[in-house]
Parts: sequence; structure tokens; C-alpha cells
Amino acid sequence: MKHQLKQVFHSPKFVVGFVLFMIMLLSALIYPLVSRFGPLQLVATGFYEPGTYISLTDAIDSQTYKFNVDMAAGRAEANLSTADREKMKTWLVSFAGIDEGEIDVGNTEALIALWQANYDSSNPQSGLISAEKKAYVRLNSTIKTLANTEDKIIAQNGEDGLEEVGKVQDRQFVLKSEVANEVTVPLGTDNFGRDVLTELTAAIGVSLRIGLIAGLIATVIGLSLGMLAGYVGGTLDNVITFITNLFTVIPSFVILILIANSVGEAARGPEVVAVIIGLTAWPWTCRSVRSQVISLRNRDHVNLSKLSGHSLPRIVVMDVLPYVASYVVMALILQISSGILAEAQLSMLGLGPSTATTPTLGLMMNWATQFQAHLNGSWWAFFPVIISIACVTFSLNLMNTGLDQVFNPQLRDS
Amino acid sequence: MKGYVKYYGKRVGWYLITLIIAVFLNFLLPRLMPGDPAKQLAIQATQGVTDPTVTQKVLEEYSAKFGLDKSIPEQFVIYVGNLLQGDMGTSFSQNPRTVTDIVGSSVGWTLALQIPAILLGWILGNALGAIAAYVRKWVDKGVLPFFMFLSNVPAFGMAIVMLFVFSITLKIAPTGGAYGYDQIPNFSWEFISSVLGHYQLPFWTMVLITIGGQAIGMRSMSIYELNADYVKYSRFLGIRDKKIIGYVFRNAMLPQVTGLALSLGTMVGGNIIAERIFSYPGIGTILFTAISSRDYPLLSGCTLMITVMVLIANLVVEVLYGVIDPRIKAAQQDS
Repeated sequence: MKHQLKQVFHSPKFVVGFVLFMIMLLSALIYPLVSRFGPLQLVATGFYEPGTYISLTDAIDSQTYKFNVDMAAGRAEANLSTADREKMKTWLVSFAGIDEGEIDVGNTEALIALWQANYDSSNPQSGLISAEKKAYVRLNSTIKTLANTEDKIIAQNGEDGLEEVGKVQDRQFVLKSEVANEVTVPLGTDNFGRDVLTELTAAIGVSLRIGLIAGLIATVIGLSLGMLAGYVGGTLDNVITFITNLFTVIPSFVILILIANSVGEAARGPEVVAVIIGLTAWPWTCRSVRSQVISLRNRDHVNLSKLSGHSLPRIVVMDVLPYVASYVVMALILQISSGILAEAQLSMLGLGPSTATTPTLGLMMNWATQFQAHLNGSWWAFFPVIISIACVTFSLNLMNTGLDQVFNPQLRDS
Repeated sequence: MKGYVKYYGKRVGWYLITLIIAVFLNFLLPRLMPGDPAKQLAIQATQGVTDPTVTQKVLEEYSAKFGLDKSIPEQFVIYVGNLLQGDMGTSFSQNPRTVTDIVGSSVGWTLALQIPAILLGWILGNALGAIAAYVRKWVDKGVLPFFMFLSNVPAFGMAIVMLFVFSITLKIAPTGGAYGYDQIPNFSWEFISSVLGHYQLPFWTMVLITIGGQAIGMRSMSIYELNADYVKYSRFLGIRDKKIIGYVFRNAMLPQVTGLALSLGTMVGGNIIAERIFSYPGIGTILFTAISSRDYPLLSGCTLMITVMVLIANLVVEVLYGVIDPRIKAAQQDS
């Protein structure tokens, strides 16, 4: 046993898979504990980009510093998109009669100067529909704000209307660390305004649990039926083989949908979904265990046990099981990974765990798709989830391949 | 020839039994739903209707239609009878369209997408696996792990990433559907090019995720074969490497054909969910709408259709396998 473990940890594939898996597992166990938010706590109001947000009122009250840098250019550089610049160029060329060669969209300062000198909303702009004209008016006001360098006045509601309490000059800065309140969302927030990183790590944990439950159930059923069919043989074998063949051809995915749908939404907690997945996934394991047991059935040591009068359970457990044990571990690993995938697929169809208390990887994907995170550019709501699913299943598959190479010497890298 | 007929007769018979059991499960499982399904359906169908007599009438109509007042075996006979006439009921959400009509119009899209994608993925995967087994080095250490990682990305995840990269960010592919919104299906060049344009993303998504899983199996099989005694013997005889490799890969291919049959169900299941992301008008998208609108007849029609497709695909693979593998012919002739 010790020797075998040592060998397993010499397989580079297994080690890489194991390390990757442990990273996912540990982050799933630890991060939700240290995060300041709950996994499903609504901290924001929608898709927020990843980053650190600092409080505006705190920033106003903080100590200010003055830097001599050009603000307008920086602002314009950051806030004028390439599409906006192209739009400005089109307008200038078609309605202000400026030669196309004179306009450089890369040079923000010159472009804005040219725009302010030439743009006139009263221009008839023939050929533009009114929505486009309005879009240009909006663009113009944006540019005006960007170019504005006047002081902004801070006021509070006083006894006779607004009272000025301070001024913010254009080149004033605050030190980030001196602002009292800041919120960091390393992976942004999702459509409900939940912190994606906390939600994701919690979801990895739940999905792993679903995979483990489903995998254990599938392996236990598959192992017992496979051993029975393989060792006992006869009619029992025929019946079990028939059922197994049946369910390897009828897609388990379809059975899964039908059962999950029948169970009803109210009863579908994460554990129930895991059990359903486990109950539909066992034929694979059963099939392979059976064929292995058949090849073991007539080995000398098994026959010797039979002659010695040992009971059937004893022979199966003491003489057959140890020979299929390594295979069963590998099958369990594969079942866990396919269980995680099955949960994700069910959730994508809207048949996943219905719960308001725990996220799963599949549910997160379903929410992201339903709220069209991929169409409105909120990559942080789905990309980390996909990577997590892939990393978990990939690490499990790597461990499986590593084990396979240890126990099947022919596959070893020569 | 006689051996073949016997072999195929047996297999077709077995698939027929499987089909009957699949139909039975498809019939039974939705009926295990907690509560009275007819009542739930009636409540849904009469949403917003305040007159209780109307609800009662609808309820009676549904009970009679689904034969819920009869025993389960009788219901099954009615169900199969209807099925044989191509009647899978009427959709709730898209009334008055029949389920047969909706499912029928989407099957073509799914088949046209999945068959070529799975086949190409399988061929590329086998090629990659064979090369990895023969070359080893960088293919084994770099290319293969990359595709293995891709094959662990679920189909719908890959679909979202592809859509995000190619449609939203690079804007070189359409965001969804099977053809442009401005098109009406016809045989013009314009329509066909629109269909082909919309086909690319879903197709390559499915190809990319299929490669890795097939490659790893082919690699193992090829290594087994490369170490076999006949290869060593052929080398001693001085047969050219090229010729030996031809033998090796032909032998390694055989289990891969069985592997394809075994993994078809899983692959189709995954790919079907990816259709939803592309709003591709195939079975997957219909299945999703059926589930989200609680359209039970449509859901049952979709699952039955998927099962039938997978069963037929499996049968075709087995028939091909019988043709490729001479041992099957030999075994049948012996007995």
C-alpha cells in the first residue's frame, strides 16, 4: 500500500492533477470563511467590473493633494472610446467639410479641439435620422464635461436652501489608502450584485459535494452489481448485463432530465440532485467491474478459497475486491467529475438545484446566461466559472490518467 | 453473408427492445410527478380565467385527453398508439402547434450540426492521439494536454467563450440563430451563405471539445498496439515503419469505434445544451424552452427524439463496426 502510494505520487500527471485539485478544494474551503461577504449576499446592484471601489463621500472629506498634471487629456483618453472617435470623425468629415487626412483619431487633444470648433447641433445634418442627431448631441455634452476644468462646488442642504461647504478643484487628488471606505470585488459582481469570487468559491465547494455524493452512489451501486454479475454469473448476470447495456445506450442525460423534472422544483435541493445523478450514472462502473471480475473468477487463489469452503461474501471481499480496488478508485474519480458536469448541464437547462441558500457552478452559469452576461460584456460573471468547472474536472481526469499509468505499466512513459 | 444477417438481426432486435423500454420510461417518469399533472396543466392553461366552470371543463378535457382516468397500462397503450400515428400531443406554450411539428422542424438543424461536428471531432481526435503515441515528445507534452483541457470545458461553457470572443469582442461572427433575422428560408445563395455563417461557431465549438477525449483513448490504444509482439516481429522482418504503422492504427481504431458508440449519448447531451447559448433552432433550444415554460408534452417529445437519435446513431456505428472488424464475421460464421 505504502509502496503504491509512493509510486502514484511519482507520476507527474497525478501530481499536477492533485495539486490543481487541492488548490480548488482549499480555495473553496477557505475563501468563503475569510471573505467579508456571504456567498449569496447582495452587495451591489448588478454587473460591476472587478476592481476596488472607493467611497465618493469619503473621498471628498479626505485630505487633498495637488498634482500638476493635465487632467482633461487623461480624462478624454480614458473616456472616449474608439467608436466615439470614429463617430466624431465621420461627423466632422461629412458636415463640417474637413478633409479626412487632417483628422487624427489617435490624437485626442487635437480631435477635441477640432470638434469644439466645428460642431454645431443646429447644422441640418441631412441624411441623419433624429436618433443619430440626438446621439451626437449627447456625445457633445460628454465631451464638454470632459474638457471642463472649472471648480466643482460641494453643497449641503441647509436652512435656506443649498449651502456651500467646499470646493473641488480640477487638479486635486486624494490618497487611496486614506479613504475610509473601500470595497474590493476581485472578480466583480454578478447580475444580482453578489461578489463573484465568494460565490464562486462557495459554488465550487457545493459542486464538489454534489460530485462526491453522486460519484459515491454510482460507484457503490456499480461495484456491487458488477461484482455480483461477474462473480455469480448465470441468470443474475444476464439480467444485470441487460439492464446495464440498456442504460449505456439510452442516454443517461435524458433519464436525468426526466427524473429531475418529475421530482419537481420544490424538492430539488443540491443533495437530491446529487442522488439523482448518482442513480443514473452507475452503469459505466458496473460494466467495467463485471468484465474485470469475470477475468478474476477462475484465478487459482479464488478457486482455492472456494475449495476451502469460504462463504461467497468472504471470497468476493477478500479475494476479488483487492484486485479491482485500484480500478474502482479510478472509476470513482471519473464519476465525481462527470457528476459535477451533469449538475452543470442540468442547471443550464433550468433543472438544477432550486435553492436560494447555496450557489453551484451550474446555477452560476445559468444565471450568467439568463442575464446575458456574455452579450453585455460582463466576462467576469461566466469566465471564472467555466475555468473553475474545467479545472476541477481536468484535475480529476489528470489524477485518473496518472493512476492509470501507474497501474497499467504498458501506458507508462518509456 | 448468413453470418451478417444473423448478427444484424440480433442487434436490430435488441435495439427495438431498448427503444420500447425507452418509450416506456419516457411515458412513466413524467407521470411520477408529485400531484395531479392534469390539474397542474389545467391551472396553467386557464391562468387568468376566473370562471371555475371553465377550469373544471379544461381539467376534464385534459384528463380525457391524456387518459388519466384509466389505469397505467391502458394509458401506455393509448400513448404508444398515438406515438405510432406520429401524435405526441399539442404543445402548451406554442398552442395550437403540435409537438410533432415543433420537434420535427428542429431535428434537422440538430442533425446537420451534430453529425458533422462529432465525426470531424472524432477523426481529428484519433489523428492527434495516434500522432501523440508515435511522436511522443512535444505532441504528448504540449498539444495533447491542451486539447484534454479543452475537452474538460463543458460544451455550453465553450459556447459562451466562443460567442464572447468571436461575436461580441471581435464581431466577426453572428451572435445567434441559424440564419440572419432578415432571411426567409429559401434556396438562394444569400440564405445559404447566411446559414453557413451562423453554422461556424456552434460547429467548431463542438469539434474543439470532442478532440481531447477521443485523442486520449486513441493514444492509449496505439501505445498498446505499438508494444505488441507483432510489431516487434514485423520490425525484425524488416518491414518498413510506414507499413507497420498502418497495421497498428487500423487495430487501434477498432476500440475507438466502440468508444464512439459508448460516448455518443454523453456528447449529444452536452452539445444539445450548447445550442441554447447560440439560440440555434435545434432540439436543445426547444428542450430549454419546454422546461422553462413547463410545456410537458413538448419536453417529453424532445427527450424521446433525443433518445431515438442516439439509438439510431448507436445502431449505425455497430453496423459499421461489423463491417470493419473481420472477427465479428468470423465469429458469426463459426456458430
